[in-house]
Amino acid sequence: MSTTPLLKVENLKKYFPVKKGMFGKTVGYVKAVDDVSFFVNEGETLGIVGESGCGKSTTGRVLMRLLEPTDGQIEFDGKDLASLSQEEMRKTRRDIQMVFQDPYASLNPRHTIGKILEEPLIVHGVSDAKERKKKVREFLEIVGLNAYHAKRYPHQFSGGQRQRIGIARALMTNPKLIIADEPVSALDVSIQAQVLNLMQDLQKEFNLTYIFIAHDLGVVRHISDRVAVMYLGKMVEVADSEQLYGKPLHPYTQALLSAVPVPDPDYQKEQIIIEGDIPNPADPPTGCTFHTRCPFKMDICTKVTPQLAEQTNGHSVACHLYTTQVDNDIKQLEGSL
Amino acid sequence: MNERNKILDVKDLQTTFFTDSGKVPAVDHIDFHLRDGEILGIVGESGCGKSVTSLSIMGLVPSPPGKITGGEIVYNGRNLIGLSEKEMRQIRGNDIAMIFQEPMTSLNPLFTIGNQMVEAILIHEKGWSKKQAQERAVEMLKLVGLPRADSLLKDYPHQLSGGMRQRVMIAMALVCNPKVLIADEPTTALDVTIQAQILKLMKDLNVRLGTAILLITHDLGVVAETCERVVVMYAGQIIEEAPTKLIFEDPQHPYTKGLIQSVPDMRVKKERLHSIPGNVPKPGSITSGCRFAARCEFAFERCFQENPELYETADVHQTRCFLYDEGRVKSDVHNAFIKS
Repeated sequence: MSTTPLLKVENLKKYFPVKKGMFGKTVGYVKAVDDVSFFVNEGETLGIVGESGCGKSTTGRVLMRLLEPTDGQIEFDGKDLASLSQEEMRKTRRDIQMVFQDPYASLNPRHTIGKILEEPLIVHGVSDAKERKKKVREFLEIVGLNAYHAKRYPHQFSGGQRQRIGIARALMTNPKLIIADEPVSALDVSIQAQVLNLMQDLQKEFNLTYIFIAHDLGVVRHISDRVAVMYLGKMVEVADSEQLYGKPLHPYTQALLSAVPVPDPDYQKEQIIIEGDIPNPADPPTGCTFHTRCPFKMDICTKVTPQLAEQTNGHSVACHLYTTQVDNDIKQLEGSL
Repeated sequence: MNERNKILDVKDLQTTFFTDSGKVPAVDHIDFHLRDGEILGIVGESGCGKSVTSLSIMGLVPSPPGKITGGEIVYNGRNLIGLSEKEMRQIRGNDIAMIFQEPMTSLNPLFTIGNQMVEAILIHEKGWSKKQAQERAVEMLKLVGLPRADSLLKDYPHQLSGGMRQRVMIAMALVCNPKVLIADEPTTALDVTIQAQILKLMKDLNVRLGTAILLITHDLGVVAETCERVVVMYAGQIIEEAPTKLIFEDPQHPYTKGLIQSVPDMRVKKERLHSIPGNVPKPGSITSGCRFAARCEFAFERCFQENPELYETADVHQTRCFLYDEGRVKSDVHNAFIKS
């Protein structure tokens, strides 16, 4: 595994305007992704976890420019995706493909599997029909289906098989990066394991880089080399998956990990149950957005937004508990009051 | 612990759906019981019949096409099958209550929380005044840990978060002090931090009020943390039943084993996940032999010809698998468990 970043995201923002009244006046913004920076190395898997509304899916869509970023840079393979024209971006999508959550909704029910898989090749200019058909058959076999499945329609497949088709479709253009948004959460446990194993095999075989977006912390740990945790549009912690799961620093990550039920009745864990709900993203708390639920809340947390800062090698956290600058900040704050 | 009264006893239950393409035995001769104050888990993947089982108990199987075609559901000595709709309505809510996966679809969006709770209370407590009912509603909302219970009565369902709505559903379900609460995937639609809150609440209420809970879920983690005993279902049948501790320490049925190994563990990173080959069968697609045989790595000839019965591999452990025929397995784990 090399360590050159294939994708480098800086200060990415996606704000959705909240409109009101007859003339649609913008009265505020939902900061779905708010100043997020990260990188993904070639050949690795970056997991992005978080609860509903944290901005993980929006991040994935903005990277693909399925949603236009409000601000920020997305450097992929030497190009800034955020500043490409629509046409240039369309061509670049050959290298970045996406796998979606719902295998029932993301395959056109009126098209045969063959047609669905051929489509990306047509879009990206493979004009030889024979070659396209050959590739369809080849990739069906690669994802564990059979060449004769090309003649069938999506409803003739089970959920797990459909997700295999979704993965095959993403692979058709030989992409470098695959963004998988909750690819296994609609599947039964026994099928989920099959699809995860398939994704790992394909990664090795085609030297793929994955961004794996999911809410299931067990699944993310299994597949990811590094993991980023998001809360209300911000990245609160990023680390090697061993580090993050072994020694989580952010109080939110700690609570999140302790909340996951472990399939082992003998496992004694310290359960931190955090009170309250996720705040409304249209009206997030001031300062650190987690302070309304945080057991270690300090004065500064309600006033100053903590920045993501590296603690140990590759382990970054956005929390005032770890800011050596806390004292200075407080003094500064007191001075300004 | 075996002497506890069986509050709910399901005997040889069969629920069949009569569809255009033929009879589908969604629940296929199942037997289990729920004891006083116990939390029993029913675990299985989609289409295994776990939800149909719970709907059968409540007399809520959509009919047509569904129908209970055999067996008994004995609640407190009384068979619920064959009761009139009026009698059944007396049982629901008063004796057995149910909560569902998606609380939003179980609450009427046009009425306030107060309206809906008071209505439910007045149906069961005929002599009560509206004011009494309101007081009871507030008391219940406090019981399930909702803040500002008074003003919550005036809120509409859409004003609450998913976790709060599920708490409201639990409050409504427990309003008449039922002996049994059936919870069908109560936390599946919730985020993990909220799931932890709701599971803790259910465990607390189980201890405080003594309500027996039948928890239906697909999540083995939830089972391990909440249930005392587990029933594993596959393709409409019970394939294993044991105390939770034994199911995880010494799973016997190849399906149960495979299922447990398929779950990615958050504590240690496995190189590769164990996976069960093949697909989850559609209800009614396999009707002979062992239902799991086609996906089983240990399957032999007999498995494809006969359906195994539930073999008692220990006093408290039953497995539907020919590997355990002639009672040949009684492991050390079992002996240790039974002694303790």
